[in-house]
Amino acid sequence: MGNKQTTFTDEQLEAYQDCTFFTCKEILRLHSRYRELAPHLVPLDYTNNPDIKVPLTLIITMPELKENPFRERIVETFSEDGQGNLSFNDFVDMFSALCETSPRELKTIYAFKIYDFNRDNFICKEDLQKTLNKLTKGELTPEEVALVCDKAIEEADLDGDSKLSFSDFENMISKAPDFLSNFHIRI
Amino acid sequence: MPRKNLAAELEEVGIEIDGEVSDSDDSGTRKRANRRPAAKRGGAKGRGRGADEDEDDEDEEEDEAPRGRRKKKPTKKRRDASDDEDDSEDETPKKKRGGAANKKKGGKAQDSDEEDRKDKGKDKDDDKDMKKKKKKKKDESSSDSSSHSDDEEEESLSEGEMARLKEEVEEKKKLIANIRNKPWRMKRRLMHLKEAQTFVDKFEGALGKGKGRKWYAYKVMMTKKWIKFQRDFENFRTACIPWESRIKEVESHFGSSVASYFIFLRWMYGMNLVLFGFTFGLVVIPEVLMGLPYGSVPRKTVPRAEQPTAQDYSVLMDFQGYCKYSVMFYGYYNDQRTIGLLKFRLPLSYLMVGIGTFGYSLMVVIRTMAKNADVGGGDGDEGEFTFSWKMFTSWDYLIGNAETADNKYASITTSFKESIVDEQENQKDENIHLRRFLRVLANFLIICSLGGSGYLIYFVVKRSQEFATRDDLSWYEKNEVEIIMSLLGLLCPPLFETIAELEDYHPRIALKWQLGRIFALFLGNLYTFLFALFDEVNTKLEQEQAIKNSSIWAMKEYYANYSRLVNDSEATPPPMDPADVIRGPCWETAVGIEFVKLTVSDIQVTYLTILIGDFARAVIVRFLNYCWCWDLEAGFPSYGEFDISGNVLGLVFNQGMIWMGAFYAPGLVGINVLRLLSSMYYQCWAVMATNVPHERVFKASKSNNFYMGLLLLILFLSLLPVVYTIMTLPPSFDCGPFSGKAKMFDVIMETIDLDLPAFMGTIFSYAANPGLIIPAVLLMVLAIYYLNSVSEAYQNSNMELKKKMQMARDEEKNRRNNTDSTNQVMKDLEDLLPNRSLIPLAPPPEPEKIPEPQAKPTKTKPGSAGKGVNLEKDVALASTNPNTRGPVSRPPGPRGPGSMAGPGGGQGRGRGRGPPLR
Repeated sequence: MGNKQTTFTDEQLEAYQDCTFFTCKEILRLHSRYRELAPHLVPLDYTNNPDIKVPLTLIITMPELKENPFRERIVETFSEDGQGNLSFNDFVDMFSALCETSPRELKTIYAFKIYDFNRDNFICKEDLQKTLNKLTKGELTPEEVALVCDKAIEEADLDGDSKLSFSDFENMISKAPDFLSNFHIRI
Repeated sequence: MPRKNLAAELEEVGIEIDGEVSDSDDSGTRKRANRRPAAKRGGAKGRGRGADEDEDDEDEEEDEAPRGRRKKKPTKKRRDASDDEDDSEDETPKKKRGGAANKKKGGKAQDSDEEDRKDKGKDKDDDKDMKKKKKKKKDESSSDSSSHSDDEEEESLSEGEMARLKEEVEEKKKLIANIRNKPWRMKRRLMHLKEAQTFVDKFEGALGKGKGRKWYAYKVMMTKKWIKFQRDFENFRTACIPWESRIKEVESHFGSSVASYFIFLRWMYGMNLVLFGFTFGLVVIPEVLMGLPYGSVPRKTVPRAEQPTAQDYSVLMDFQGYCKYSVMFYGYYNDQRTIGLLKFRLPLSYLMVGIGTFGYSLMVVIRTMAKNADVGGGDGDEGEFTFSWKMFTSWDYLIGNAETADNKYASITTSFKESIVDEQENQKDENIHLRRFLRVLANFLIICSLGGSGYLIYFVVKRSQEFATRDDLSWYEKNEVEIIMSLLGLLCPPLFETIAELEDYHPRIALKWQLGRIFALFLGNLYTFLFALFDEVNTKLEQEQAIKNSSIWAMKEYYANYSRLVNDSEATPPPMDPADVIRGPCWETAVGIEFVKLTVSDIQVTYLTILIGDFARAVIVRFLNYCWCWDLEAGFPSYGEFDISGNVLGLVFNQGMIWMGAFYAPGLVGINVLRLLSSMYYQCWAVMATNVPHERVFKASKSNNFYMGLLLLILFLSLLPVVYTIMTLPPSFDCGPFSGKAKMFDVIMETIDLDLPAFMGTIFSYAANPGLIIPAVLLMVLAIYYLNSVSEAYQNSNMELKKKMQMARDEEKNRRNNTDSTNQVMKDLEDLLPNRSLIPLAPPPEPEKIPEPQAKPTKTKPGSAGKGVNLEKDVALASTNPNTRGPVSRPPGPRGPGSMAGPGGGQGRGRGRGPPLR
């Protein structure tokens, strides 16, 4: 209880609970995790919404992210400035979108953003190549990569512009059996 | 139209002017912001509304800077002045009830003076200020006061405004409820949330009128409290879920598939805890506290003959001696109708808990299954999106361990390579005959071993009945059944796996087969065991008849002897010592003991397997590796992998045994809870300390429900024998809560007859009448038939839709691939178009094209939340200038038909209206 008083006001906690899929305990845990990343930077007292950002390099050292091949992209996607600096709000946002209870639609949107490396709102061939190289640690030959990318586009691209728009992506991912179970991070 | 223009003009003027005025009024801003889209769309509501609202709110956020704060006062004043002429405009939806209220006032009582208005304005300003304050610190009291002032203000709302306001509030509430699903930045979300909350706080009280008002306010307050309570409860509930961090650790090391076992284990623990609560709370503890103490009646006393050895360790380990005559087993319970001061009806409660255990388990399993089915989206049409799925969904975001990640990388690479190879040579069928032969052979072998294991168990159980009559038994002979069953469970799965190598299936299919076979093995074993047990029960029942007679005879003899010795037929003889009374075999306790022994030996075997198979192996591999001739860690023995399917099946079957045995041995539930609890810690430790991540990480999709399905099946199968015994077999005459009754369920009849008023008895007798039951069953059958056909119909329509989608997709692809044919159509169209514009009637190809604009723009407009709205807008825009020949001049690309069809489709409409506009 005492902890609650010092870190967040009840209103803040309520608001966070309204805006995320977390319970109050989880939000407090998130805060402590966030604080762990940069103890000298992040204050314990968040009642006056300090404007503090933790840089990407620190965020991706979290054990939840450090093995993820897309960690930079994830952090960048959720950072408000696009550079990967996360405020606590962004941080909560990130784990809320990736938590188990968040709905498929929301996850689809963020997944699309994550895989869209060059942020042009389309997943084009370079994005696919980057994804693939990250997934396989560059173990595939360039021909194989090209083949796989072509195949993927051929499968999922409906409007024939040889890149995946969001609706293509949504259509494809909505049928994927493993998407929900794999696209989540427990905090 | 002219009115509206005027209004727009007025507003523009207002904006120009208000730079100089320093007073602030946000409601004006709102009004303006609302009016703008309203004017644009001509009051069109519907889906667009939400999107527009967002826009407006965004505007407002930007305006929050001090600059924005001094706006609009003049607008408002102007508005007030021009109220009368503006009245006609009231149809345009108003967002902010402040202005509306004002207007109403103006409209209603035109003579109301300027001061009044100013008051209003001030009021509102105050409100605004408070709102601002609240935005920073959500001060409860200020919200109170603001709503108060609003209450006074909103006294005179008309019906229509009330409705509108209500709608508004509802909308905001919906926003509050759904805000977490919106793909916004947290900051924006928080902002919107606060805004919506203040809005609702402020205006909710204004709703409801007259007498209903208080009630409404009360209702609102209660809902708020209720929501708060729900949230607190949810917080509390999640705080109660144990082992969260433990599971997370496992998850990050081994991926989600191994973690799914532990989640399943935790779920089981939760369910068993409830069962434990029922059994102990309603049966065991009442009996201990209020029932007769040990040694008071024969059934609660160890017989004289057994007393010398009753405390021996070996006897206790066999659940004989004191164990047998304890609360753990059925036989201990007395048949007193009520016990204790509270008149607790123990026999009734015993039966109810026995049945309720099944009822509760069924309910929970089915509910969980339904929930899982709900979540498990995709209907996985294999082959359609192989590569994209592999690319976008194969990484398990839970992995947080370097080694697992490496394995995952490797397995993903392999799977990609495999699919590339598959893609390249699609079908490689070398010697299909050999493979078929091998598969048949494998199945034959497996069926043989299943039959063999079944026979072995039958044989062993038979032999154990023989042993039961003898005394000179070794430890092995006493525990033969359990040992054999555990060994079979231990040895057969690897055997099956070896045989399955012959079949050469895809690993996912192979896993299913493997699971099915192990399932069949366990089930076969369990049922053979049961049948053998029933044989035993039947022989015991025969014995019992004889013993019953002899015990009555012995009792009579005792009394006769007593009266002969004392020589006084009047004197009542002292009761016989309970230890000396002749007992029946009490088959229920015997069955209970069998199940408890089985469970305990299962626990022992499982734990020993982990200790030897995993831990000892890991220790040997780790430490002998320093002085060994080959690399043990990478080479032959290596470390063990966590066997998910085996463990899950073991858990499921263990649960089946608990369900079956719990009726005869209430203590079994307690044992099971202990087992699950220790298993959680032990297995977590074992998996983290001794196992390595799977080399081929694969997932049986929707595995969760697969396990649940197994559990349901087992539940049903374990329900059968228990219900059979309750309904048909006579209970033992001298032990257990139902002794002395012809059937166990007679206890219900007794309760109805004795405890409930007479008319209830007649009602029940009517309800139990076949004339009523048969129609009820018929009705249920009909309902099932109906639901079945309905679901079939749904399935059909589903298939139909899928087919349509497939067709649309193929068409799309075709169009893309053979541009020739498309071009042909295009050329035709081009030929037609110039002439067509002259002819008033629509040409024939047009109707075919109409559906396309609906499909096209959706695809070309990605990421837009309000797809529908934009689409409509596009079409509308296209139709306003019908005479442009855009489509013709455009180069015939693949996108041609779509962009062309838009105006083409709209033309028919546009031409009708177009000319008068110009």
